[in-house]
Amino acid sequence: MALFEAQALGKRFGDQVVLERIDLAFEQGRLHGIMGPNGAGKTTCFNVLTGRYPPDRGQIRFDGEDITGLSPRRIARRGIARSFQVINLFDEYSAIENVLMALPTVRDRGFNVLRWIGRGSAEMDEAATILERVGLKGREYHPSASLPYGERRALEIGIALACEPRILFLDEPTSGMGIDGTARLTELIASLKARYTIVIIEHDMSFLFRLADRISVIHWGQVIAEGTPSELQRNPWVRRSNLGEPS
Amino acid sequence: MIDRIEARPRWITREMLVAVALLGTLPLWVNHVGLYQYLGVEIVIWMIYALGFNLLLGYTGLPSFGHGAFFGIGAYAFGLTQLNFCENVWLGLFLATAVGALGGALVAGFLSHRRGIYFALMSIAFGQLFWFTAIKWHSVTGGEDGLLNIPRPAISIGSVQLDLDDNLQLYYFCLAWLAVVVVGLWRVVHSRFGRIIRAIKQNETRAAFIGYNVWLFKWLAFTLSAMVSGLAGGLFAMAQESAYPDVMSLHASGFIVMMTLIGGGFVSFWGPVIGAAVFFLARDVLGAQTESWLLWYGLMFMIVVLFKPEGVAGAWQDLVRRRGARRRTAIVPESSPEGP
Repeated sequence: MALFEAQALGKRFGDQVVLERIDLAFEQGRLHGIMGPNGAGKTTCFNVLTGRYPPDRGQIRFDGEDITGLSPRRIARRGIARSFQVINLFDEYSAIENVLMALPTVRDRGFNVLRWIGRGSAEMDEAATILERVGLKGREYHPSASLPYGERRALEIGIALACEPRILFLDEPTSGMGIDGTARLTELIASLKARYTIVIIEHDMSFLFRLADRISVIHWGQVIAEGTPSELQRNPWVRRSNLGEPS
Repeated sequence: MIDRIEARPRWITREMLVAVALLGTLPLWVNHVGLYQYLGVEIVIWMIYALGFNLLLGYTGLPSFGHGAFFGIGAYAFGLTQLNFCENVWLGLFLATAVGALGGALVAGFLSHRRGIYFALMSIAFGQLFWFTAIKWHSVTGGEDGLLNIPRPAISIGSVQLDLDDNLQLYYFCLAWLAVVVVGLWRVVHSRFGRIIRAIKQNETRAAFIGYNVWLFKWLAFTLSAMVSGLAGGLFAMAQESAYPDVMSLHASGFIVMMTLIGGGFVSFWGPVIGAAVFFLARDVLGAQTESWLLWYGLMFMIVVLFKPEGVAGAWQDLVRRRGARRRTAIVPESSPEGP
């Protein structure tokens, strides 16, 4: 059985039906890509999966449990972490503080007004390890607001990793990255692939075709095609909608 | 407010000692600079109030324009205890703090899922609600006149007798409370809890998506802030020997916002403390020259907001940083890796 499953999800905003009927299943340990043209409902789909909006119809199951309609907080606490297309950091904090906030060990003792987070504590070591993993070693005490764009992207992923996720959702991680940055990001995500179950929304096709084990194509609020990258490249739907032009 | 990550927690900092030295010696020099002892009492009480307020504004990022309600609630609670129940400072202050917290908890229940302008507007509405109740509920609050002749009962701590009718002794009593509040709030804002409310201020959405109960943290910060405001209100009723609705009005609630901003509550723990002192000095020094001192204070506020929104504390930090940078470039060409 899949680790994460969505069945017959529907979502409308007013008169506009954004998600018609979405069925998705993400297997443990795989990297799953979601692609589709602009306005296809990818980001809404992500927002519904991670609890930002409740679906109007359908069911979401994680590890066999029904999580449909739970708040973002409860979903996060089950080990579902996400990054955002528009960078969403704690801008007044340094890079390491951003990561610290997301560590479950810090979060779970958050009401303690006497506990301190000290230099040299286990939490600090953990946060430093995560920063190293996303390539931000040496940037620990740099204010996150003034990091270069690519490093802010990496920190965005670092925060999600700090949540000790059982599944990781990345929303358009290459957005605004340029060729160099995308290459570095590809490397980073490839290195995370072995450790985590990952779901990525992306419209950069070559990026997804290089990394993903399976890809779902969303169009008109529905999954119109699904398969491995090589299967999809042969799919007439994908060819006709001009999506599958791997470089 | 990026601060260093310390090796271990501290209870007392150098700034605290400076503040205690300055305020502790105030009675020795206050008359020589043309001011008077009671002013010190007022300043210290409003410093407590402003510190409590800044937990909400500066640290949690929630702009409350109705905080006078909790100050007022504390004042009435203290007065009613002394007049109707028993003359006891400790009980009065305990109830002022507790009822302030209770009022805060109640209001926060309605406000904690709001942010920004909606939070601000709702806080005004609740402030007005309490203010109006205080004016109209004659049988309890004494209407517009308020509660008069609230005693300042004598107290004894161990073998030390304090006669609070004496402004000097009252001053040190209030200063002791300020010290307690400073140490307590310093600990709170530098604890895990404090880091989290500051994270929520910076990015509520992100905080929710990494699993924080944003509502609960906002509710707790609001309640704690109202609690400290209630304590300040209780002390104020004792100092003024009366409790009246004016402190709950919108313009009085506005004063606490202005104090906190002029002082620099967004960038420094000490901002509200500085701001309260500036406000009362402006009132007395400018007020001695002109009746329209508030006009000049308002102008000052506008200038600060336009040119130095980080307030007095922000200007001070700039100065220290610039001097520090000059010194560093003189000794080592590269800045330290520890960052700011």
